[in-house]
Amino acid sequence: MIGAYKRLMNLEEPPTPRAAKGFFTDTSLCIGCKACEVACKQWNQLPADGFTMTGNSYDNTGALGATTWRHVEFIEQAKQNGLDGQQRWLMMSDVCKHCANAACLEACPTGSLVRTEFGSVYVQQDICNGCGFCVPACPFGVIDRAPKDGSFEAGTAHKCTLCYDRLKDDMTPACAKACPTASIQFGDVEELRRRARTRLGELQARGEISARLYGMPEGKEAAEVGPLQAFFLLLDEPQVYNLPEVPRLPRKTMAERYGWSAAVGVGFALLGALTFGRR
Amino acid sequence: MGSNMAEAHPVGFRWPMKAKEKGATIIHVDPRFTRTSACANLYVPIRPGSDIAFLGGLINYVLTHDRWFKEYVTAYTNASSIIDEGYVDAEDNNGMFSGFDQSNHRYDNSSWTYAGPPTEQKEDAASHSGHGQEGTSPAKHAPYRDETLQHPRCVFQILKRHFARYTPEMVEAVCGTPRALMIEVAETLAENSGREKTSAICYAVGWTQQSFGPQIIRAASILQLLLGNMGRPGGGIMALRGHASIQGSTDVPTLFDLLPGYLPQPASFKGDDSLDIYMKESEVLGGYWSNLPKFMVSLLKAWYGDAATRANDYGYDWVPKITGDHSHITTAAEMADGRVRGFIVFGQNPAAGSPNARLQRKALRELDWLVTIDLYETETAAFWYASPEGVDPRSIKTEVFMMPTAAPAEKDGTFTNTQRLLQWHDKAVDPVGDTRSDLWFVYHLGRRLKELYRGSTAERDRGLLNLTWDYLPEHPDERWRIKDEPSADKVLKEINGYSVRDGKPLSGFSALKDDGSTACGVWIYSGVYPAEGQNLARRRQPGDGWVSPEWGFAWPGNRRMLYNRASADPEGRPWSERKKYIWWDADKGRWTGYDVPDFPEEKAPDTRAEVDGSGTDLHSGSDPFTLKADGRGWLFAPSGLKDGPLPTHYEPLESPVTNSLYDQQNSPVANRMPRRDNRLSPPGDPSYPFAVTTYRVTEQYLSGVMSRWNGWLAELMPEMFAEISPELAAIRGLRNKDWMVVSTPRGEIECRALVTQRMRPLRLGEELVHTVGLPIHWGYKGLVKGAITNDLVALSEEPNVYIQEDKAFTCNIRKGRL
Repeated sequence: MIGAYKRLMNLEEPPTPRAAKGFFTDTSLCIGCKACEVACKQWNQLPADGFTMTGNSYDNTGALGATTWRHVEFIEQAKQNGLDGQQRWLMMSDVCKHCANAACLEACPTGSLVRTEFGSVYVQQDICNGCGFCVPACPFGVIDRAPKDGSFEAGTAHKCTLCYDRLKDDMTPACAKACPTASIQFGDVEELRRRARTRLGELQARGEISARLYGMPEGKEAAEVGPLQAFFLLLDEPQVYNLPEVPRLPRKTMAERYGWSAAVGVGFALLGALTFGRR
Repeated sequence: MGSNMAEAHPVGFRWPMKAKEKGATIIHVDPRFTRTSACANLYVPIRPGSDIAFLGGLINYVLTHDRWFKEYVTAYTNASSIIDEGYVDAEDNNGMFSGFDQSNHRYDNSSWTYAGPPTEQKEDAASHSGHGQEGTSPAKHAPYRDETLQHPRCVFQILKRHFARYTPEMVEAVCGTPRALMIEVAETLAENSGREKTSAICYAVGWTQQSFGPQIIRAASILQLLLGNMGRPGGGIMALRGHASIQGSTDVPTLFDLLPGYLPQPASFKGDDSLDIYMKESEVLGGYWSNLPKFMVSLLKAWYGDAATRANDYGYDWVPKITGDHSHITTAAEMADGRVRGFIVFGQNPAAGSPNARLQRKALRELDWLVTIDLYETETAAFWYASPEGVDPRSIKTEVFMMPTAAPAEKDGTFTNTQRLLQWHDKAVDPVGDTRSDLWFVYHLGRRLKELYRGSTAERDRGLLNLTWDYLPEHPDERWRIKDEPSADKVLKEINGYSVRDGKPLSGFSALKDDGSTACGVWIYSGVYPAEGQNLARRRQPGDGWVSPEWGFAWPGNRRMLYNRASADPEGRPWSERKKYIWWDADKGRWTGYDVPDFPEEKAPDTRAEVDGSGTDLHSGSDPFTLKADGRGWLFAPSGLKDGPLPTHYEPLESPVTNSLYDQQNSPVANRMPRRDNRLSPPGDPSYPFAVTTYRVTEQYLSGVMSRWNGWLAELMPEMFAEISPELAAIRGLRNKDWMVVSTPRGEIECRALVTQRMRPLRLGEELVHTVGLPIHWGYKGLVKGAITNDLVALSEEPNVYIQEDKAFTCNIRKGRL
């Protein structure tokens, strides 16, 4: 009976869960070549986003978006612009974090956003109705809606798929495959976390005291969104890389925000009563 | 130094990054703080064009602090050789070496030779330098030597005197590099060299594209020889080439003054009227180059086949002789003057990518016909209607033919990369439409020309008619639509060489003969195809060691490292266990190790030099530099260079400052190409007060033909910009992203200002020198357009290799647009 129903409705069994896959992006190895951006766009056939210089260091990409799923940030740090001032030029390839508690997935009313058998967060394009609830929900500003006259259906939500199509064939995602210096490492999340802890130890032993991991289960950034399946080794504070110190989950802040809304409502009502009530 | 490896060679830069992880120190010396600097352990700023002063500082430091590798230097370099008493150093002659001829602005290098018994002097030994062919020492072998290195005219003492003024203070005053940083570099290099450790130097066109580029490389060679870093694993000097397979294009070559394999091009002005004269002219008594007749005769046999016989000098008369300087630079100037009628351009874009691009476009207007063969309609192909000069197309007589060409995946062939490694690639897909490979174009052009001239009895046509031209495959590949594609495999077989009698491939260049029994297209590549069906460039065996001898094929003879005999001490033992590479196996009586020994395989370390011998017999068993006439590494270059036996600091042809070392401002033998449309500004010209350097960024490639037409790359660096420091921006009232104009006596361009602290003014004594950084990727075609940096660059020629100086010149900037 159930079988007949499934056949009738064209339902498939969900795939068997596999080991969680993710990225460990080690910014200490990034040379800022943007091969990840190009490989991502080529594999996923994402269009170019326009030809304007931002003037913000070598970053002409600007931000992650519906048609930009990898974004290399460039942060110029000159401690002091003296003649021999020590300087740094931080580079970091940003990407969807594939959070354990993904805000976008929680916000999606259609079930378009799902968690795959690899633990990644995936937008099913045939289901997305373009409501856009996921966009403000994401605390990292990753997911975005397609613009009007692009190659995607206008308004539908897009972001990194962790190369779901490649994973199904046991292939490495395009960005990690293209990275010449192993700054982007792909693999089983558990193994990547082990590797990341070792790497952090090495760097700290070398005197990189400001090095830190971002998105590990033990990190405070995991408090609400949970551990990130695409996590990072940073050389400075997360804010320097435009990452929230503690990314918030909308559901967790709901009570607070409703409270504020109610308070403001009551406030206005009082104000109204005081202003107009005397008549 | 002279290289921005992380940006220009990002894939190769994975290896320095890996080395850094294993504990290596990466030092980046550059006018700009680039992505390479960001990855380095130490960034060292330097003023553009002052590299020799900096390297000279390191050499002097190593010498005066006794940090040189004594056993290595004494045994393997020419430190002990005594130089002719007529030699006068630039330090004693206000910047000029002995032998300068005022009348023709050239050096006669006869006084730079080794002192020794009287020898037959050649008429013009200097004329044989140029690209390639090293080791043409005019002096007979066995120079007088003083192994104690005390003789005042021995190379070691000359070297010490020559560099004595290159102190850290001098480096700071000339390069703007803080002296403490220079000392830190010197100490780091010295600590990481010697028996247990080695250091490598990487350079790219940041060195070569200067009016004394080869001398900068010479300075690095001197430093590396003094530190014992040549011919040893982890050492050496890596020339990072500017394009894919440009190493191949110098080997095979596409250079006007060379035949394949670095053989000199016959020249009428040298009187190379017959094969005998050519051989005598090119003769080298000592070293491997003494085999030149075998290479030359085999080359002629490969070209002319059965028509080449002993009786007709193997067709030597049919080889065109050069009549002078036909470099790209000179040719462009002649073209602009209407003296060149036709021009075929393969994968090059002179209208945007060559120096003084405005002049290049003018030159194109003077042609009768132009053929461009490229992936897209380049600036060169579109010059007649789209160039910024706005010339009316009706007034241009040039007939332009635009041929679409196949991309690498659409054809078979090899790439030769930086470390002389040949890697074969297979065609994956047919090229679209009428597109054909470059090989197809050249083959069918030659075939049609031969048809056109068939039956001609004119003497001048015999070369063309006798040329072997049999490259079509016996059976066209079933898989492909294009049936008349020549076989790249056949070309590689001819390059490898074969026995004339039975057509069987040769095992390597040691099998070459000068009696017409062997044919070989490029002697240095011989061995790449040692037997039927064995294309070694196809190999992809990573191996379990770190040398990977079975990955592709490295010329010569699959040696991965040149002069690797130097990785063992004079007795043939590794200098240390850690740096073991090639060593003498006394039991077996042969050299062995991880690589192919770059040395006669059975020549024992204690073999004495045969004074009356020839070739490598003139070398002892402990003379590792087998291509050199004396088998030694040259601290002092007695021949082979046209601008001096030792590098010395000159200012670039255009400089914001005067030479603080000598009255002689520039290299006296650089060609300034004086023309109305190619003016240079004088030193310290207040109209052009800023230093300028040019470069690439990762996101774009060369003049942009392979990147500006690709949206995914073009969007990453969409607009032409100039990088300037906040200090310089303040002087000109510029803010980030403002439009600005950059001007030189050759032209003006407009672009965006990118104000960044990665650019910094450098203090030279009282003076503060500002540098403007200009990438080179834009033009007037493609998805993204922008000003052409090469409009600002002058035509000029370095005297040895005829390259322009675009890494250091001067400019002015102002706010606004054109």
